[in-house]
Order: sequence, then C-alpha cells, then structure tokens
Amino acid sequence: MNAPNRTGGLFSKTMLAFGFVFLYLPIFTLIVFSFNDSRSVTVWASATTKWYGKLLQDDQILTAAWLSVRVGAMSATGAVILGTVAGLVLARFGPFRGRALLQGLTTAPLVMPEIITGLSMLLLFVSIEQLVHWLFGWQFDRGAVTITIAHITFTMAYVTVVVQSRLAGFDDSLEEAALDLGARPAKVFFRITVPLILPAILSGWLLAFTLSWDDVVVTQFVTGPGADTLPLVIFSRVRLGVSPVVNALATVMVLIVALGVILSAILMRRQEQRRKREEQMAATG
Amino acid sequence: MNTTARLAAPRGTHGRLGPLWTFFFRYGPPRWSRYVVDHWTGQRLVIAVPYLWLGIFFLIPFLIVLTISFAHESPLDRPPYDSPFQWVYLDEGALKQGALQIRLMVHGYVQLITDELYWSSMLFSLQVAAVSTLLCLCLGYPMAYAISRASPTSRNIFLMLVILPFWTSFLLRVYAWIGLLKADGVINNVLLAIGIIDEPITMLKTNFALYVGITYSYLPFMILPLYSNLEKHDNTLLEAASDLGAGPIRAFLRITLPLSMPGILAGSLLVFIPAVGEYVIPELLGRTDQLMIATQLYHEFFNNRGWPNACAVAIAMLLLLVLPIMFFQRVQNRELQAARK
Repeated sequence: MNAPNRTGGLFSKTMLAFGFVFLYLPIFTLIVFSFNDSRSVTVWASATTKWYGKLLQDDQILTAAWLSVRVGAMSATGAVILGTVAGLVLARFGPFRGRALLQGLTTAPLVMPEIITGLSMLLLFVSIEQLVHWLFGWQFDRGAVTITIAHITFTMAYVTVVVQSRLAGFDDSLEEAALDLGARPAKVFFRITVPLILPAILSGWLLAFTLSWDDVVVTQFVTGPGADTLPLVIFSRVRLGVSPVVNALATVMVLIVALGVILSAILMRRQEQRRKREEQMAATG
Repeated sequence: MNTTARLAAPRGTHGRLGPLWTFFFRYGPPRWSRYVVDHWTGQRLVIAVPYLWLGIFFLIPFLIVLTISFAHESPLDRPPYDSPFQWVYLDEGALKQGALQIRLMVHGYVQLITDELYWSSMLFSLQVAAVSTLLCLCLGYPMAYAISRASPTSRNIFLMLVILPFWTSFLLRVYAWIGLLKADGVINNVLLAIGIIDEPITMLKTNFALYVGITYSYLPFMILPLYSNLEKHDNTLLEAASDLGAGPIRAFLRITLPLSMPGILAGSLLVFIPAVGEYVIPELLGRTDQLMIATQLYHEFFNNRGWPNACAVAIAMLLLLVLPIMFFQRVQNRELQAARK
C-alpha cells in the first residue's frame, strides 16, 4: 500500500476509535455513577453500593421487571412460532397467490414508526372491547395480554427476516430427499428444517425478547391499569430527572448482556473450532 | 371437482324445507367448511397462520386508524369519537327503515395543513431526521470502512462492539446522555475543570442533544449495512486504479463511493425512517418548545383526547414515510437478488 492510502486508513481508524468512545462512554458513565455516594448522579462524592441495596428494595421496579420478563418470554415465544412459519412460507413455498402481500405485511412492521403501531393496536383493542361488550356484556381490561399480543406482532417481523434469510442460505435438497424417502411434510419440518435453522430461531427469540423487554412506545399505548412494564417505570422516573437507582439497574442489565454475549462468543468459537477439526479429520482420514 | 355432488343436501330434508335448505347447503357454512377441508390442506393452512395473525393485528388496526381519522370528534363519549359508519333508523311516517349513514369528517386533515403547530412539527421531524442521518453517515462510513479493512479476528471483535449496545436497553442508553449533557453534567464538569469554559453550556433540551441522542441510538443501523456492502468490494479494482495513476482520494471517489451506494442508501433509510417517528429521545433530550410529530400525536391522543386528529396525524406520517419505505424495500430486494446470483 502506498503512503497516501495509509493516511486514509489512519483517518478511518481514528473515526473508528472515536465512534467506539461515542458508543461506550455513556454506558461507562452510567456504570461509574451507579457507585456514586451522592444523590446528584453527576458529581462524584465517594464509592458506595447503597443504590444496589435500594434497587433490591424497590418493589415497583422488581414487580415491573418480573412482568417484563413474563411478557418478553411469552411474546418472544409467540413471535418465534409465527415468525418461523412466515419465514418458512416465504422462503420455501414458492410463488403462491398473495405471497407479495405476505412479504409486505411481514416487513412493514420493521419500518413502521412505533407510535403508529402502538396507536393502531390500541384502537384495535378498544374496538374489540366494544364488540365484546356489545355481544356478551363482558368488560375486560387491557394489560399483560394486550401488551403480549402487540409485542408478538411487531417482533415477529424480525424473526421472519432472520429465519427467511437463514433458509435462503440453505438449498432444499435435504428436505427434498426426506420427502422423496416418504417422510410427511410435518415430519420433514421438525426433523430437518428446524434443526438446520435452530441458530436463527434462537437468535430470533433473543432478538424478540430484547425488543419486547426494551419497548416503551407500543407498550405505553396498549397497557392497562396496573400493568407497568420495566421500561414504562424507567421512562416515567427518568422523565423527572436522573436517579442513582436507575443507574444501578442499568449496570445490572449491562452486566447480564455482556455476560451473555461473552458466553455466546465463547460457545460459537468452540463450535467453530470443533467444526474445523472435524473438517480436517475428514480431509485427512 | 365433484364437490357439488358431495355437498348436495340430504334427500329427506330437501323436500320439506325446500329452497331454504338448498340455499343453505349451497352457500352456507357446510360448503365453506367442506371447501376448507378440500382445498386448504397442508400448505394453505400453514400459509393461513401468519396471514391471519397479521391480518387481524396489523391490517385491521390500520384500517381502524384510517376510519377513525375521518370520524367525528365527540370528547365526552367513551371512546371519544362517532364512527363515520353508523346504522341509523329513518322514521318516515309509518315506514321504519334502517340505513347505513356515512359521514366523513376531514377536520383532522384540514388541521394538519392550517394549524401551524402540526406542519411545523412535521417539518421539524424531517429536519431532525435528515441531520441525524447525515451525522450517522459521517461517523458510520469511516467506521464501517475501517472495520472492513481490519484483519478477520479484529473485524469480528469490532462488529461485536458495534452490535453490543443494540442488545442493551435503548432507553437506558438515552438516559445516560441526560447525565452527560446536564448543566451540572459530566461534560460540563470536565470542560469547567479544564478551564475551556467559565460557565456551564446549556446542552440538554436543545437540538444538539436531540441530534446526539438520535445519532447515538441509530449508529449501528448505519454501520451494519455499510459494512456488509464494503466488505464485498473487490480490492483489485483499487489496485488497478492506483496502477493507472489514480490517487487514493480519486480512487475512493470514483470506485469505493459509487460501489457503496446501495449500502449508503440502506443505512440512511434505516436511520431516517424511524428517526422521523421518534418519540422517546425527543421526550428525554429534546426541546420542549418545538415538538416532533410523534410527540404531537401522543399529546393529541392522550392529553386532548382528540382521537380523529391523532389518527389523521398518523396517516399523514405514513404518507410522509411511504416513499422512503418503498424505496428502502426496492434497495433491499435488489441487494437480495444480487446476493442470490
């Protein structure tokens, strides 16, 4: 490489370093000030862990976190089931009538502004409430169930994209072979397709869980009395200003994510090494 | 197909109830269920699952928003609007008759144009989204470029570092900026300590904070499509250009930049589209005297209980975004097709 090119490389490397500082400095300050012994989050006094103690006693946050875990797990599972089916249909069923519409319907929630998704879901639930009341005279409140339905709807799009692109990467010769050998389509799906796309399904589940766990806007629309998820609680507190307990909570959440990512990186590396070894064995043996 | 034969009404009943049965058996539920059983086997049933869900929870809600945007506002009712479609009984003399009344109110849409509050926030949203997209591009392009040039091991680490913030809470990361930008926040304290400034700069609740917040939140969405484009570039092209005497800047402008256009477009749209409808970031970091359109919609819906107006704002937002969205899908499809070849 010639010298001027190196300056271009230098520039982009500087920007890379700056970009990472930009991405990580806020997270870093969050963590540092969670150990700060002063109500004002931004002026350093001395080190303490008392905010973690306060966090453990904060019933509102704990209840909300538990609700968020349940909603996240349920909606991620629902999104994975629906998203896998949609991804399979789009990747494997060839051209059928209405395919373009389905493709449009599955990708639209990806780019739809959250506020519109939230508004339209709420209006749907209000309409259903009215209809049910008119038909049977029942009243029901919005809450965990409506939040879950809304989350499934906007997260299944992400699962669909992940699964569809994973399936597009495989040719269907294995599946066809199984069909030729007389396996029924359902059996082919569970014995061959699902194991093949399992990594995509898992990462789709995690993605859906994260999106649900983090959602403020849609949840704010479709929630009901007493059903405050963790992001709603955080949002309402943060609006009033900084709070060290929220910093402590953020630190715990960052720690969990970092651990998860490191673990999955180690697992993936191990798997790759095993595969390489097997390939070598196959090549030599 | 001999469905009609199979679906013929049982002999005995045919005579007694006459044409009613015939009609029922020809067009009623049994025929549908038979049709479903006969034709909707396997594949069709599987296709129906996501279709049904998205139809009920995505398409119908959208139609409801469209309907309510034309509704008449009646703030004291629950819900606070009169549907444009109403079944009314006309009482003309002795003759009582039901009729479907359709009343379309365009007040919400008129207000969008006449009320400065709405169109100024619409323009402001576009401006914020455009500036933030540009900032993301200016920062994200060199980053993606550097990552694509790095050695394979460090490349994976860099990519992981780009994606990692995405897995941590978006809300908490935006919250972190409050602590940084406040009047007695970290940045002001550091600048004061160094002696660059004498009194704290107001940064929170300004456009600057809003741009920083959006750029920060959406930067990974810019970097990833750019990276996946830049990574595929053929280095021999650059070598050829340099052999033919082109300087690095010229080679970049004539080769790398044009080739990375699809990546730039995809990344920019991925930032621009959600940024227009952003609600959380302006609420925490942005100005309070100039609202973005999503905040305006929120206030109209929850504080003023103006459901028809809020729905009209939503439809207008969609119309505003429909062009970029369609453009994005075209770019995406082209990329997919190129990848398949």
